[in-house]
Amino acid sequence: MNALYSLVLVFALVLLALFGVETAHMAKLFGIGLPLVAVAVFLVGFAYRMIKWAKSPVPFCIPTTGGQQKSLDFIHHNKFDNPVTPCQTFIRMFLEVCCFRSLFRNTKVALKDGKVTYASAKWLWLFSLLFHYSFLLIVIRHMRLFFEPIPACIGWVEMLDGIMQIGTPRMYMSDLLIIVGVAFLLARRLWDAKLRYISLVTDYFPLLLIIAIGLSGIYMRFIAKVDVMAIKQLTMGLVTFNPVIPANVDVSFYVHLLLVCTLLIYFPFSKLMHAGGIFLSPTRNMPNNSRIKHHENPWNDPNIKPHSYEAYEDDFREPMIEAGLPVDKEA
Amino acid sequence: MADLPKADELFKSINYTPPSTGWMDTPVDCSPGNWCYPAKADKLEYLGFPNPRQWSPADVDWKLPENWQDIVHQGFKERLDKYRSLKVFMDVCVRCGACADKCHFFIGSGDPKNMPVLRAELMRSVYRKDFTMAGKILTTLTGSRVMTEDVLKEWFIYFYQCTECRRCSLFCPYGIDTAEVTMMARELLHLCGVNINWIMEPVANCNRTGNHLGIQPHAFKDIVEFMVDDIEEITGKKLHVPMNEKGHEVIFITPSGDVFADPGIYTFMGYLMLFDHIGLDYTLSTYASEGGNFGLFTSADMMKKLNGKMYAEAKRLGAKWILGGECGHMWRVINQYMDTMNGPADFLQVPKSPITGTVFHSAAQTKMVHIAEFTADLMKHNKLKLDPTRNDHIRATFHDSCNPARAMGLLDEPRYVLNNVVKNFHEMPEQTIREQTFCCAGGSGLNTDEIMEIRMRGGLPRGNALKSVQEEHDVNMMACICAIDRATLIPLADYWAPGVDICGVHELVGNALILDGEKERETDLRMNPLPKKEE
Ligand code: SF4
Ligand code: SF4
Repeated sequence: MNALYSLVLVFALVLLALFGVETAHMAKLFGIGLPLVAVAVFLVGFAYRMIKWAKSPVPFCIPTTGGQQKSLDFIHHNKFDNPVTPCQTFIRMFLEVCCFRSLFRNTKVALKDGKVTYASAKWLWLFSLLFHYSFLLIVIRHMRLFFEPIPACIGWVEMLDGIMQIGTPRMYMSDLLIIVGVAFLLARRLWDAKLRYISLVTDYFPLLLIIAIGLSGIYMRFIAKVDVMAIKQLTMGLVTFNPVIPANVDVSFYVHLLLVCTLLIYFPFSKLMHAGGIFLSPTRNMPNNSRIKHHENPWNDPNIKPHSYEAYEDDFREPMIEAGLPVDKEA
Repeated sequence: MADLPKADELFKSINYTPPSTGWMDTPVDCSPGNWCYPAKADKLEYLGFPNPRQWSPADVDWKLPENWQDIVHQGFKERLDKYRSLKVFMDVCVRCGACADKCHFFIGSGDPKNMPVLRAELMRSVYRKDFTMAGKILTTLTGSRVMTEDVLKEWFIYFYQCTECRRCSLFCPYGIDTAEVTMMARELLHLCGVNINWIMEPVANCNRTGNHLGIQPHAFKDIVEFMVDDIEEITGKKLHVPMNEKGHEVIFITPSGDVFADPGIYTFMGYLMLFDHIGLDYTLSTYASEGGNFGLFTSADMMKKLNGKMYAEAKRLGAKWILGGECGHMWRVINQYMDTMNGPADFLQVPKSPITGTVFHSAAQTKMVHIAEFTADLMKHNKLKLDPTRNDHIRATFHDSCNPARAMGLLDEPRYVLNNVVKNFHEMPEQTIREQTFCCAGGSGLNTDEIMEIRMRGGLPRGNALKSVQEEHDVNMMACICAIDRATLIPLADYWAPGVDICGVHELVGNALILDGEKERETDLRMNPLPKKEE
């Protein structure tokens, strides 16, 4: 049901763009107004969320340790799963952010012959990596639309991405892989009863939206064969705040653009913020050195004191003396 | 415990297919067996906690304060402002489900609300409604809901089916720690007077008498003397155990479970024998006679209050540093919270082993060393006379307690110690040990009989792993470094792997230690005859 709602939502967006541009002739709105708003919302929203998180204190040092602590010399310290220095912690975070290390650990539980079994389950890790890196490549490739002249590195990425040299126009690997990656994530969500159970509209919607963006992109490139120079004219107009709506841009571009804008606007308000949140997760980004170094809690209340020894002794003085336990004050 | 199903029946009843109704529409089951007894009014009164009263979770009316919704809302807001962890964890979960089958309670019950992600969603759904714009507008679509009495009841049931073991956190790509969420949820429940006696009574006891069990100082001394007598009977040596004495170098603090119950007392005897053997200048304290800190399961403030005794007593007695016994959550508190809450303890010195001269730089700030670290260092320097053959009747495995494993990383020290005192040692399967260890299912104050079936279900992964080494290697003893484990693992092993006993690491050390001037030993610390030595 939730998946269906999301699908309907995405279709509605597509129709909105088609109708808006073809019938209502609002190319200006869709091609200029919306993207500017979307980028602004994205940037401000993203920053706002990050600042909001960063502003709440981290009262305690609570890393989840994934390996041997640093202790005695002869005991091997697992530096990257149980870091104590900022550098080790940085490496832990790097592996987490760039290699999805925790997901790599994933196992799958099953009940077999009266036993619980644990099988390695790296599919989620693999397809998430595929998806995220394809996304990154695609974003970098698209940067050529916003630079004049185009920086060399973007050209390299394009070359690498299209290295398979399949068809004309050249097929990009990332286009294919992103669809494969997202399709897997979606299929997994629909297929696995447990996941279906926890999935909300807000879980399906971004997946479907990204699929739609991917497909509309592919459509533009291979079927509509849109005029890239015209599009670049539009995008350059946007970045230089000199907006123009060139003629003969295929409507499929507006569909693509609307979907992308939706994603940008949706991003800061949604779980997609995990992209920023991961950097601030206290269980991962802190060193396990709280026995070595002082960690300050800004709201630590100095008025909370233990039940005092004096009160304790007052309570039990006689039996203590009788039992021959030393006391501070004689009876 | 009467209607506890047989192990194989229970196993067969596990079904991982969620019900057809959505989780928000699946009512919470508040029938007995699903909850621990609520806290007694007098305990709450003593501690100054809100809404003390007589009530039962099976009743329809939980006698909540009139403005309980406000209380929860305000409490929630306050904690969002105080803890980045809570804020981030409420926001960034992508419901990828990587954590879903990592929780022992889910593995053993199949109840979807025991999937860590859904456990946290119980709270997130309210967060969305109360604190996010989208949640306010698009209720069901974004998975948000209003805080009703049923929701609160659901919180109570499921946040008391989480042992705060953090296994889920290890597998989450963002490190979302459902244990942290559980801690916050329990704090909010406390604000309305919804809590359990098995936590609040120990907290109250601990505050007054110094330990969970409410053992008063003179009784504490008696118990220790009993153990001294037992040691004399076994070894022929009478040990001297200083208590509440000023001017010793070290103050030793262990969970009171080790003083009170089988098999913890054997571990305690092991500590005493070790200290005598190396001539450690130490004292025990009756005022700070508890390492375990049930405040951790109550609120940050309570944790701080109970923990404060350790430093206060070390200061009063003029000790140089603190040695800590085998305990799970005690070490989480010491490692992650103690110095922040109650430090810096400038009146203490950086711990240095008086026997080997090793300086424990890893405890430079808290000034508190774990006994496994301390003993491992002694062994490395050959300072102990050991006869591991005295443990030849034992075929051991090791259970990593969750807190030392995942909130500290104390993994190899106890293994090093064990390997020096037992010859037959076998690890359980890889996915169930070290940082991936499975909880005893009685942690975080859930070690109580009225939820025995829940505990046995949660104990399945551990029990299963234990059974596998029992079958393969004839393992008959599971060592651990946690006093709660020593209590909870016994019924668990009886249920899932009958024939396996539970012990602390230092019990086996005590067995192996050759004390100066001791007589030929005929029994181990449990007074079981030692295997005959082959001539
Ligand atoms: S693993 Fe983390 S992100 Fe994934 S569902 Fe669990 S808590 Fe959420
Ligand atoms: S902390 Fe442990 S008990 Fe709680 S949800 Fe996570 S795995 Fe389950």
